[in-house]
Order: sequence, then structure tokens, then C-alpha cells
Amino acid sequence: MYKILLKEDLVPNIHLLKIDAPAVARKAQAGQFVVIRVNEKGERIPLTIADWDREEGSITVVFMEVGTTTHRLAQLGAGDFLASFIGPLGQPTHIDKYGTVVCVSGGFATAVIMPIAREMKAAGNRVISILGARNKALLFWEDKLRSVSDKLIVTTDDGSYARKGLVTEPLKELLEGSEKVDRVIAIGPSIMMKFCARTTQPFGVKTIVSLNPIMDDGTGMCGGCRVSVGGQTRFACVDGPDFDGHQVDWDLLFARQRVYLNEEKDSFEKWKCACSEAEAKAAR
Amino acid sequence: MAKLNLNRMEMPRQDPEVRGRNFEEVALGYSWEQAKEEASRCIQCPKRPCIEGCPVQIDIPNFIKAIQQNDPAEAVNVLKNKNSLPGICGRVCPQETQCEAVCTLAKKGAPVAIGRLERYLADWERLNGGAKKPELAPSSGKNVAVIGSGPASLTAAADLARMGHGVTIFEALHVAGGVLMYGIPEFRLPKEIVQTEVNFVKTLGVDIRLDSVVGKMITIDELLSDGYQAVFLGTGAGLPMFLNCPGENLNGIYSANEFLTRVNLMKAYKFPEYDTPVKIGKHVAVIGAGNVAMDSARCALRLGAEKVYIVYRRSEEEMPARREEVENAKEEGIEFRLLTSPKQFFGDEKNQVKAMECNQMTLGEPDESGRRRPIVKPGSEFTLDVDVVIVALGTTPNPLVASTTPGLQTTRHGTVVADEMVGKTVKDKVWAGGDIVTGAATVISAMGAGKRAAADINRFLGETNRS
Repeated sequence: MYKILLKEDLVPNIHLLKIDAPAVARKAQAGQFVVIRVNEKGERIPLTIADWDREEGSITVVFMEVGTTTHRLAQLGAGDFLASFIGPLGQPTHIDKYGTVVCVSGGFATAVIMPIAREMKAAGNRVISILGARNKALLFWEDKLRSVSDKLIVTTDDGSYARKGLVTEPLKELLEGSEKVDRVIAIGPSIMMKFCARTTQPFGVKTIVSLNPIMDDGTGMCGGCRVSVGGQTRFACVDGPDFDGHQVDWDLLFARQRVYLNEEKDSFEKWKCACSEAEAKAAR
Repeated sequence: MAKLNLNRMEMPRQDPEVRGRNFEEVALGYSWEQAKEEASRCIQCPKRPCIEGCPVQIDIPNFIKAIQQNDPAEAVNVLKNKNSLPGICGRVCPQETQCEAVCTLAKKGAPVAIGRLERYLADWERLNGGAKKPELAPSSGKNVAVIGSGPASLTAAADLARMGHGVTIFEALHVAGGVLMYGIPEFRLPKEIVQTEVNFVKTLGVDIRLDSVVGKMITIDELLSDGYQAVFLGTGAGLPMFLNCPGENLNGIYSANEFLTRVNLMKAYKFPEYDTPVKIGKHVAVIGAGNVAMDSARCALRLGAEKVYIVYRRSEEEMPARREEVENAKEEGIEFRLLTSPKQFFGDEKNQVKAMECNQMTLGEPDESGRRRPIVKPGSEFTLDVDVVIVALGTTPNPLVASTTPGLQTTRHGTVVADEMVGKTVKDKVWAGGDIVTGAATVISAMGAGKRAAADINRFLGETNRS
């Protein structure tokens, strides 16, 4: 069992958990992930590592409420326990001195691009971050990301804060500008990563994306997370999760992410029913 | 001399019609009367070939003798002296090619049903107060790290603990048992029985650390400098092989590892009570004809498939699965499409597999495996409608540990190079055994390797004591 040391609601449906996991914290690096299980009947899901504290022996993860498991996870708080917490898994993001690195994040992925931006900065890069959110209410860690960036550009889809539009627009402007961009890291919803990769492709700037297909074990055992990169089948859990965004077969990824759509719906409906029953019981 | 009894006692099984729709155990085990009757057939021959036929050299004639003498408790003692996992072995060992194959009565076509008796004794112990803790050697003060918790590792750990060493098992998954938990289905090997035998290993003082991925969370070298004087690698062959043919990444196409893990380990057959789903096909094709293929096909049937095919490119004769499992599958209505090889898969607009194109094959000259090589019949393409495909072509060792352990040597098949007899690798203080060395094989051969490595580790630790 793995103790939750801290829970923070970053925005209404995005939460942060700090977990007591000294063995994982000792080894964690930017870009790696953990696999968690909420309880004995729970599924195994991957969550990218947002931060670690080797001295305290803790790992921080940030997640958005989407289906049964993440909703169940959101109900837990400090002092509660997770059934499993396994990691650090996957290959770390390749950190090097490239020159100018643009870190693009969308939605809750701002949390996972944080350590990458920080390490890129520490490696001597000029770091320009682009942070996108649907609206102002879903925006978090702006200051935190600014603190590890030489420059920060914020966009909201609806214009409720900062610049109105998608992250790909300032990304394109940067690539067209006078400053040479040496590498782009784009992490967020798959559709956002696809369009970031499409934006950078004509400029020939290497673009690393962090893929999030469905995973079971996270150690190369099942092949459920297979993705096609440069025409070759790769396992995101052990070969990735970072891949060259220009080489990824995005349509295959989208399709494979949707394989259990119906089952996920059923499971979530059942969970909601159980929750409202429990509430009604408590009210009585 | 008494007349030989050649009537091998059948073991009761669930009716095929019924069992094809449930996950309960297929074979029901002997009653005491049946066990006694079967045991009485053993003639206690002086040559005792069965012991040599057993990869862990159980004293078979003596445990059978104890049954003959109405002493099941003593029979269990004799059995567990060599085998810490009898409930598992009694169910999944291929006795027909091992102890029973060399039984003196096998010459008359009716070997003693040693496996069924072994199973009976393990069940008897479990239902009669459970295992007693055997005597352990005095503590050596030495510690051994065992990586993985499948049959090779559990056996090595149990033996090392009995020899007085401190043993810690590191398991990557959230339960111990390895392939016994994620691979072999409930209806062939109930998970409760695996956990009973895992718990027995724990009572020997073995510490099992779950959720611990060696190679990621900690390395072999770190373990060796962190209080462990020796390491045993028993991480098995966990990496699935695919066909590498067009359409293989369509939705609904699983590796057998993924399909079985979802069903057995994550209990997808109880979805949505358990959170993990699995696609339930109407028409399911399983590619391959080993035990894992039979397990996959029979799981798919139990999940509710209307039709399940075993698609195999050779003929029945070359099928690597146990005879008994093939018979079970046939009885349950699994359809065998032999001399058939998949060529490509077709999907619908949602990228869901809907059909597979196959070739018919003929058999040519034997290849390096000694089996006749399948050859494509030109122009023989045909299409099979399928909505779930399970690829059961075999597995290779997971490179996670080897790739993070300098000094280990691997073959081009990804297996770890180790001494055939004692499992010593070329790296100092590191032994390996089971599928990680041999490639995918049987539970009992892995256990035999675990046993031999444990003896050699014990010898090594004893020598370091004296120096």
C-alpha cells in the first residue's frame, strides 16, 4: 500500500497527489511514468510523473478526471492509500544542450512538462514554454512554469485569459521568427500533439511527443500499448513514451485509445450509480 | 506376484457443455477412494524410473506407498520434501512426457496417474489444516535476492530459505506467482491454489516485495552492493511475439499475454465488478497451437464467444500443446483450422478487426526444430470473419533486467546465458533459471532449474563463509 501524503485540487477536475514511494523517487527522471491501481478490483493505469523529492521519498502525479479510475482516484485524499504504485517506468526524456527548446503543453500535461522544462533549462538551454488551456478556469501552474522558462506564452481556446487560440499558433510564429528553434517537446491531448508535430514538420525541427496509449503492465509484457512510429511497431511503455512526433501514426493511436469506449462508458455509469446510491444512503 | 492392474483411474471432470461457460476448474480431482485405488496400482518396482523422470526428483514411489498405507500426511511430507508447489505441479506438469512416460506400467500402456495423485495430496493438505512449516536450517546470515516470482523463482526462494538463507523476492506485478497468476487460467489452475502455495513459501520466511520492477526501480548491481550476496534471475519469458503482418495493430487483436493478463490477473471476466475490460468476440481466432493458445481459446469461449478457432500452420501432430489440453479444447467445441496461416487482417471504419485472410499450407521437409516446415499453397487464400484475434506464437525474455545489468550475457534470442546444470551466469554472484534461460518452456522445468540454482547458490554462500 502506498500512502497519499498530499492532495491538491489544481482546478475543479485536475488534481495533484503526492505519494510516499521512496524506491520510485530514488530513480525517477523527467518523462517517466508510474502505473497505479486504486484498489484490489481496480485496473492498472499509467500516470506521467510530475515531480519527485528524493529526500522526502515522494512522487507527485497530476491527473484529470475522465473515467471510473480517475474519478475514484479523485475521491482519495491525504492519509488514504493506493493499492499499487509501480515505477519509474519508460525511457526518460532525452535531456541535452540543444540550444533553444520550445516546451508546449496542453491541459493537465502542464504538470508533466514542468520537470522536462526544468531539466532542459538546467542543461543550459533557452526554454520557451507555451501553455494552453481550454479556458481560464482550467489553467494552472502558470507561475511555476514561468519560473523555469526564459519566456512563457499562454493561450486559452476561448480567450478568457491571455492569448485567444490554440498552442499551435504561437508555436508556428516562433518557428517563423528570427530565433532558431532547435527542438520542440509537445505534451498534451493526442490531438494537440499531432497538430504540434504537423506545425513543426515543414520547419524540420525535431519534435518529441509523449504518447499515452492504453497500457496494462507498463513493462513490455502485453503489447497493448503498441504504436506505429516510422512504420515500425513499438511498445510505448518500454520504447517510449517519448517518440519523434513526425514519425507517429496518429490515426492508429487515436483508434487504439478508443478500443474500450463502450466498456469505459458502462463502467463509469455503474460507478456513478454506486456513488449516488451511497450518497442517498448517507442522506438517509 | 499380484496381477497388474491396468485400469488407470479416470479423474472426474466438469461436463464440456457446462464448463465451456464457466471459469470453474475443469478437472475435479480424485476422491480418497479413487486416490487409493490408483495408488494401489503402483507395483513399487525396484528400478524407480519415475524419480529420474521428474525434473525435481520427487520420491514418487514413497509418497504413493504412504497413500497405500492410508497415511496421506506422510505422503505430503515425502512430496513436499522435494516440491514446494505440488498443487500447481499436480495440475499443470506434462506428466505424460516425464514421470508417467517412464513408469514401468507405461510399457503396458497404463502408467500410474502420478500427477493426479500429487494433485490429490496437495488438495488434501490444503483442506486439512494447511501446510505445516517445515524445519529450516539455522540462519546463515546470508541474503539472496530473487527476481520474479514465477515457478523458477518460488522454487529457488523456498529451497534457499530452507537452507537457512534470508530471501527477498522482487516481483514487478501486484501479485506473486508470475505466469501462474497472469497466464494460466482459473479453470486449469485456480488462483487460490497458487496463492496457497505462495503463502507456503512466505511461511518459510521469504519476503515478497510486489510492485518492484528490477531494472527500473533498482538494479542487480545495486542489490549486490546493498546487502545481498547472490541474485537469482527468474523473470521468465514475458515479451510477446507478433506475426508482423499487415493489420496486426487493429483493435481486437491481442497478444495472448495481454488477453490472458486481462482475463486471469485483472479478472476481466468479472467486468464491470472488476474495472479491467476485455473485448468479447463473437468469432475469435487464436493463432498458434501451444498450451497458451489452448488457454486463450478456452478463455474466449468462456467469455461468451460463439465460435473459437485455433489457427495453426502445421498439422495436429506438430501441435506443441499437451494432448490433454487439446482434447479438452476439442470437447468444448473449439474448432481447429490446421495447415492454415494468417496473411493479413482487415478492419472496419473504427479500426476494429473484422476478418483475416489466410493461406492454406502443406508440410515440407523437417526444419531445424525437427518439425516439418509449412509451405504456402499458392492461390489458396481464403477469408475468415473474426472480431477478436489472439496471437499466441510464443514469448521471449523481457530485456528489462538484462539491459540494465552490465556483465550479463544474452543470446540473439534474448535469453540469458547460464550454465545448463546449475544456472550460473557469466556475471559474478548472479544465477538464472527457467524461461529466461531456456525460452518459453514448462512450469516444472523452470522449477527444476530453480532447484539446481538454489543448491549451487547454497554451495557458493557456504564457500564464502569459509574464506
